[in-house]
Formats: sequence, structure tokens, C-alpha cells
Amino acid sequence: MMDFFSLFSKPQSKNIAKDRLKLVLVHDRANCSVDVLEMLKNDILRVIAKYMDIDDEELDIQLTQTKSDTNDQVPMLIANIPFKNVRPKEKDRE
Amino acid sequence: MGEVIVITSGKGGVGKTTTSANIGCALALAGKKVALVDADIGLRNLDVVMGLENRIVYDLIDVIEGNCRLKQALIKDKRYPNLHLLPAAQTKDKNAVNPEQMLKLCESLKEDFDYILIDCPAGIEQGFKNAIAGANRAIVVTTPEVSAVRDADRIIGLLEASELRNPQLVLNRIRPEMVKRGDMMSLDDVLDILAIGILGVVPDDESIVISTNKGEPASTVDDSLAGQAFRNISRRIMGEEVPFLDLTSDSGFLKRLKKLFKG
Repeated sequence: MMDFFSLFSKPQSKNIAKDRLKLVLVHDRANCSVDVLEMLKNDILRVIAKYMDIDDEELDIQLTQTKSDTNDQVPMLIANIPFKNVRPKEKDRE
Repeated sequence: MGEVIVITSGKGGVGKTTTSANIGCALALAGKKVALVDADIGLRNLDVVMGLENRIVYDLIDVIEGNCRLKQALIKDKRYPNLHLLPAAQTKDKNAVNPEQMLKLCESLKEDFDYILIDCPAGIEQGFKNAIAGANRAIVVTTPEVSAVRDADRIIGLLEASELRNPQLVLNRIRPEMVKRGDMMSLDDVLDILAIGILGVVPDDESIVISTNKGEPASTVDDSLAGQAFRNISRRIMGEEVPFLDLTSDSGFLKRLKKLFKG
């Protein structure tokens, strides 16, 4: 039920707490540190760069969670990789 | 044959010792034979919360090292005849005990007591491993804060990895007014995040501070709301079904005023 006054008030801080907790726990439970994620990011970049021009700054990679088929929460790796253009194939360049 | 229950949390300062003392007293008042074991070697506190600090002669390490018999080290609480305390050593450190020794200690306590409550030290190192070694059941205490819930999640994982399945949660220091205006996570919010069953919710209550000052756990005080919450928790431990306290009804001046006008 929505309180009349809550329409005008600040966002509820408990929701900020919940969102932060959920994110922290995804990392804790997956036993995945920021370092590992950074290494993963660099490796992905290197592979993709062979085929596409990408802007390193635009790459966004993060852990989150999603519901599996059996409705359990499972960790998920999401990568958003905008690219500028596909590199021409090696032989086309010749 | 008794049951060994470890009271743990990961994070320090969320109310493990207070919870241990209060559940212990409530179980004893309900007629059960209870042994409270302070497993926080080097930083003992359960004795002061219980008001038994002046009666310590021997401690847990003395028992384990064979300096005294178990019965000599157990302090009998004169106020509650069913209640006994095995204090921690203050001068040794956590590595003075190992899990096998704790297991053996728990097994011998089980012969004489209905419930053995182990007050676990904060952290996930040796002291934690010792405290859970002889346990049949685990209670995880947390407060509705990000850091405490995060550590509780870690502890739940570690308990399950140690074959202590189905730990139960005590959500401590809930402030109903803050929950109501959305500035504190509610029980449902916490249960949404942690994969655990709920044993009870305890309000943040001045009576806890007062009773800790005096060394008389709140669960022995009739008009303490937190004490009532702990008595309910102990009844649930004994297998009774007890409805959760309605923490939203009677607190706050404005609410009491509203109630007055409503009749």
C-alpha cells in the first residue's frame, strides 16, 4: 500500500540497502573478485578486438543474478560491448 | 540426550552474546536444563551479560586441559537453578582449543543438559570452527544492516559446508518506526536476500541495555518487549508454534495518542 506522503518523500533507503546487498552477495557467492572480473574483461577485449573495433571505455561487464528454469537464483555474467565496425578479414585486406 | 545449539553471526556486535544469554535464561525458566558455553576464548563476555563474572573459578580451557572436572567449572546460576555457565578463558587465545576437544566437551555436556548453547566468537577463523564443531543446530543472528546481512550470508554458506544444515535466523534490533517509513530493511526484505528459515525478530529495545547493565537478561523481565521476543524464540526452539510479535502496534507517542482517540 502506498502512503500518501511517500509520494513526495525521498526514495526509501532500505531499497538502496537491498540493491547494494544483492550486488555484493552475487560477488561473494560466486567467489569472484573485482580483480578476476578485470582480467576477464581484458581477455574478452583482446579476443573481440581481433574481429571488431571496440571502444575500451564503453565496455561494461558485470555479475548479476537471474532466475533459472527451476526458479532458483543463479549468477549471470552480463557484458555490453558496443562496437564501431567489424574489421575486414585478413585476406580481404591484402 | 541434549541438543547443542551454536549461536553465531560472522559480524561482531550484532547481539550474539545477548541472544545466547536471553535464550538460555528463557529455556531455563521454561524448566529445561541449560548449559551456556562461552566459546569466545580471550574475549569472554557471556559471564558479564549473565551477571556471573564474580563467580568464575575455572574456565573452558581448564576443563579441556584437565586442570579440573567439567562439573567444577560449570557455574550454577543461583537465580535460575536450571542454568549453568561454562565461561571462556580470558588469558588464552582461540588456538588453545581445537574442534575435536570442543566436540568431546559438547558430547559430555549432552549427557547432563537438555540444551547446550554455544556463544560463538565473531569471525570465520579458528574460534568459529571450534564453536560449531559439536553443534547439532545453528542460529544465525543478524541486524537489518548491509554489513551484518552480508556476513550472515557468508556464515550460512560456511555452516552448510560444515554439514550444519537449515540454520535459523534471529533478526535483532529491528526498529519498527524505521521499517515503517522504509529506512530499515524489514524481516521480509532480509528473508528475500538470505536463504534461511526464521526463528524470531527482536526489537531494538532500551530494556536490553538496562538489563545488560544489571547483569539480568531481559528474557527474565516480564514487561520487556525484547524479553518477550526472546521467550518466544526459546519456545520455538522447544518446538512450539508461536506467532510473531506485532512490533508495529504499541510503540511511539503518536501511535498511542491515535489509539487513545480510536478508543
